[in-house]
Amino acid sequence: MNFAYYPGCSAKGSSSDYESSTQAVCRALDITLEEIPGWNCCGSTPAHAVDTELSAALCVRNLDIAARQGADLLLTPCPSCLSNLRAAARRMEKPAFRQRVNELLDAPAAETFPEVTSVMQGIARQIDRETLAARVQTSLKGLRLAAYYGCLMSRPSELMRFEDPENPLLMEGLLSACGAEMVDFPLKTACCGASFGIPERAMTARNSGRILELARRLGVDAVVTACPLCQMNLDLRQKQAGRACETSFHLPVLYFTQMLGLALGLKRNELGLNKLAVSANGLLEKMDNLRRADAVEGGRS
Amino acid sequence: MRIGVFICHCGSNIAGTVDCAKVAHIARAYPDVVYATDPMYTCAEPGQAAIEAAIHEYKLDGVVVASCSPRMHEPTFRRTVERAGLNRYMFEMANIREHVSWIGKDMEANTNKAAELVRLAVEKLRNNVPLTAKQFDVNKRVLVIGGGVAGIQAALDCADGGVPVVLVEREATIGGKMAKLDKTFPTVDCSACILGPKMVDVAQHPNITLYACAEVEDVSGYVGNFTVKIRKRATYVDWSKCTGCGACTEKCPSKKSPDAFNEFTGTTTAISIAFPQAIPKKAVINPQHCRQLTKGKCGVCAKVCPTGAINYDMQDEIVTEEVGSIVAATGYDLMDWSVYGEYGGGNYPDVITALQYERLMSASGPTGGHIVRPSDGREPKNIVFVQCVGSRDKSVGRPYCSGFCCMYTAKQAILTKDHIPDSQSFVFYMDIRAPGKMYDEFTRRAIEEYGTEYIRGRVSQIYPNGNGRLTVMGVDTLLGRQVEIQADLVVLAVGIEASKGSPQLAEKLRISYDSYGFFMESHVKLKPVETNTAGVFLAGVCQGAKDIPASVAQGSAAAAKVLALFAKHKLESDPQIAQVDMRRCVACGKCIRCCPFGAIKETEFRGEAKAQVVETVCQGCGLCTSTCPQGAIQLSHATDNQILAEVNALCQC
Repeated sequence: MNFAYYPGCSAKGSSSDYESSTQAVCRALDITLEEIPGWNCCGSTPAHAVDTELSAALCVRNLDIAARQGADLLLTPCPSCLSNLRAAARRMEKPAFRQRVNELLDAPAAETFPEVTSVMQGIARQIDRETLAARVQTSLKGLRLAAYYGCLMSRPSELMRFEDPENPLLMEGLLSACGAEMVDFPLKTACCGASFGIPERAMTARNSGRILELARRLGVDAVVTACPLCQMNLDLRQKQAGRACETSFHLPVLYFTQMLGLALGLKRNELGLNKLAVSANGLLEKMDNLRRADAVEGGRS
Repeated sequence: MRIGVFICHCGSNIAGTVDCAKVAHIARAYPDVVYATDPMYTCAEPGQAAIEAAIHEYKLDGVVVASCSPRMHEPTFRRTVERAGLNRYMFEMANIREHVSWIGKDMEANTNKAAELVRLAVEKLRNNVPLTAKQFDVNKRVLVIGGGVAGIQAALDCADGGVPVVLVEREATIGGKMAKLDKTFPTVDCSACILGPKMVDVAQHPNITLYACAEVEDVSGYVGNFTVKIRKRATYVDWSKCTGCGACTEKCPSKKSPDAFNEFTGTTTAISIAFPQAIPKKAVINPQHCRQLTKGKCGVCAKVCPTGAINYDMQDEIVTEEVGSIVAATGYDLMDWSVYGEYGGGNYPDVITALQYERLMSASGPTGGHIVRPSDGREPKNIVFVQCVGSRDKSVGRPYCSGFCCMYTAKQAILTKDHIPDSQSFVFYMDIRAPGKMYDEFTRRAIEEYGTEYIRGRVSQIYPNGNGRLTVMGVDTLLGRQVEIQADLVVLAVGIEASKGSPQLAEKLRISYDSYGFFMESHVKLKPVETNTAGVFLAGVCQGAKDIPASVAQGSAAAAKVLALFAKHKLESDPQIAQVDMRRCVACGKCIRCCPFGAIKETEFRGEAKAQVVETVCQGCGLCTSTCPQGAIQLSHATDNQILAEVNALCQC
């Protein structure tokens, strides 16, 4: 199955591990991602904060490329890109807005755009639970994980159409199919502080700290994310978050694609685990021990 | 015919956008109109006197008033013309306010439309004939539906007035929601202590027949002569033998039956008596949990019952009661708050409703009046109250205020401090609505004397924080900052909605209800207990949110209406009903099949089958008249000729 793919800027930089694990997992699941040629930044947070039309024009250019490629579905791993692309497509339904944006583009945009959805939803649409479970090479059984979606993946609900906006369960479905024990994580859609890590570091540290604190209390082995910025705040800024909570954390924060990759038995260097600021070695060791114990158990019986 | 026309100014309501003098001038040219004028307020005493004077002076035999909607003042003007000696049906009304002046600003167009509507009324009136009401007997018994405090009050007042009362209660005991409350605001009286005696009065009153575990199945008839079918649900206990001794409930081995009276905060036995002061104090078997009824073996209660009252073969029973009036007092239920996923949607045991909290505080509740956390039985120290959960919230389709939550929350905060002196209560509120007598003083007491911390803002999320407590995240809109509280127990002031089955009951009673299931009063200000169906009255929260004093007042008000109705020995029937022209009727029977009231029956006239209208049952809906292929059934006061005269007039305008 082929999908048009929009990686987003962070995939080529700060979240290259998300990108490599996404590519690896999709390959393993026979999902071919065709990166749309000549794509540009979606505008991220700054663009839409400054100018609605200019920001939409950035997104529409990408949508237009995908449309001209004949794609029905455009996948992106990043919730922020997803939000911008979907919002732009929605706004373009209004003729006056469409006209203003078309004036900013070299040529008028296509009349209809492919539907944009997250890589997570794309995988879930293609691979049902049983199929995924059958592909598992190294079960995640014995691991206790918290699924953390971040605030953007499911909101605003009428735009994102991502299950129950307060309590999405898609990631839990994928990872539990791989054997993991998913805790009920009430802060799964709380904000990590997002891009305020730069102008309001204390606030981001507090927000991320709250999420990590709850995860630690629930006794999880790792927090699993779907957003490059969330991952960065929880992982790279974990020390800052710890200081804000007057404690220190040591909690691996992985992308869901990295977790899936581990379950599918993909090579660990392919999943970019070495990019994590908080080492996942303890987690990997636990996994190895669990599976070794399984093997011994299996040998005995 | 000599017709007089009165074009009302209604102050500036009509005259502001309609040239009333010009309409009167135009009306003078209409056929049979001998007099037309444009008074300032036609409904006022001088206005009515002017109509009477004109009838005498110009020897009028018909009157048209062009003013407001006939809903309010048609009866007024009918009485006016009657006082002057005309038949009350020799009167027509043209609505030039709601249908003209309030909806258009163009003076010329409005004036033309008003003149046309007056012409319609004149043409209708020219085809009118005097009609006379027939008199019929009143059955001076009343049905009260719902045994909450409003229904109890209505039943007692009617019974004290000498009227036999049939009181129907869906649950096993009367008392309604008030019986579940621990204390009442603002006096902090024990709820059971002030309601209990009234419940006993109901049980002992010679004029009251109580059916508990019963529901109204069907209502037919009309004011003065309703026939009501009541379904008495099988309780599997013969109440004529049951003494309420409770031996069965002690020995029943099935102890996991859901305890509805305790708002599911605990469980009860499969055979149970709702609470110690229950009226009637009779045992009821829950058939879903009774081992004898589900598995066919047990029979413990039958063995221990000293009076042999247990009857596992009992079936539902339908009883029929004849009454002259009905009071609906069906109360409310809590809305389904599980739509609030951010509050756990019902999955966190220590997030409970305020009604459940009442049961935890009540000495007759599942914890004997000790406030403990449902999850682990520990005494909570930090208690967070969240108001407006399902009230004033358009996002869940509940835009209205539930009225009494602000007050009971203050009460619960006060009682919490009394129960647990080292506790701290927090209240998240939108506005404190305390307009009743001694109400605001009461909420101030909760804040100032009891140290309850009131936080103006909404709660965004409640979640278990992994160390056994709940984190409550909210906003303080007065300080403009986020608030986070570690709570042991969260109490939600869940909004109310009309009790389950209200729309279905409204259909049976032929009364209106709003989109939330609350019954519609006849006039929101001036007829708050009447409905648009004669003889059916409302009491309590079934009509809209209200607290105990207001419910009691409305119960008494409904009783006053019943007693006033029953003060008459005869009632007059509305003559605006269907009439069969025997010469045209071919006895096809279509009218009999289409009549929703069963008001048409087949009869024999000179050896031929014919349709006949039962005058007291006919509601004048007109379905039969438009169904009859022969035009043999005509609705008095809305005959084909009258309607065609109006259509003709309109087409000629």
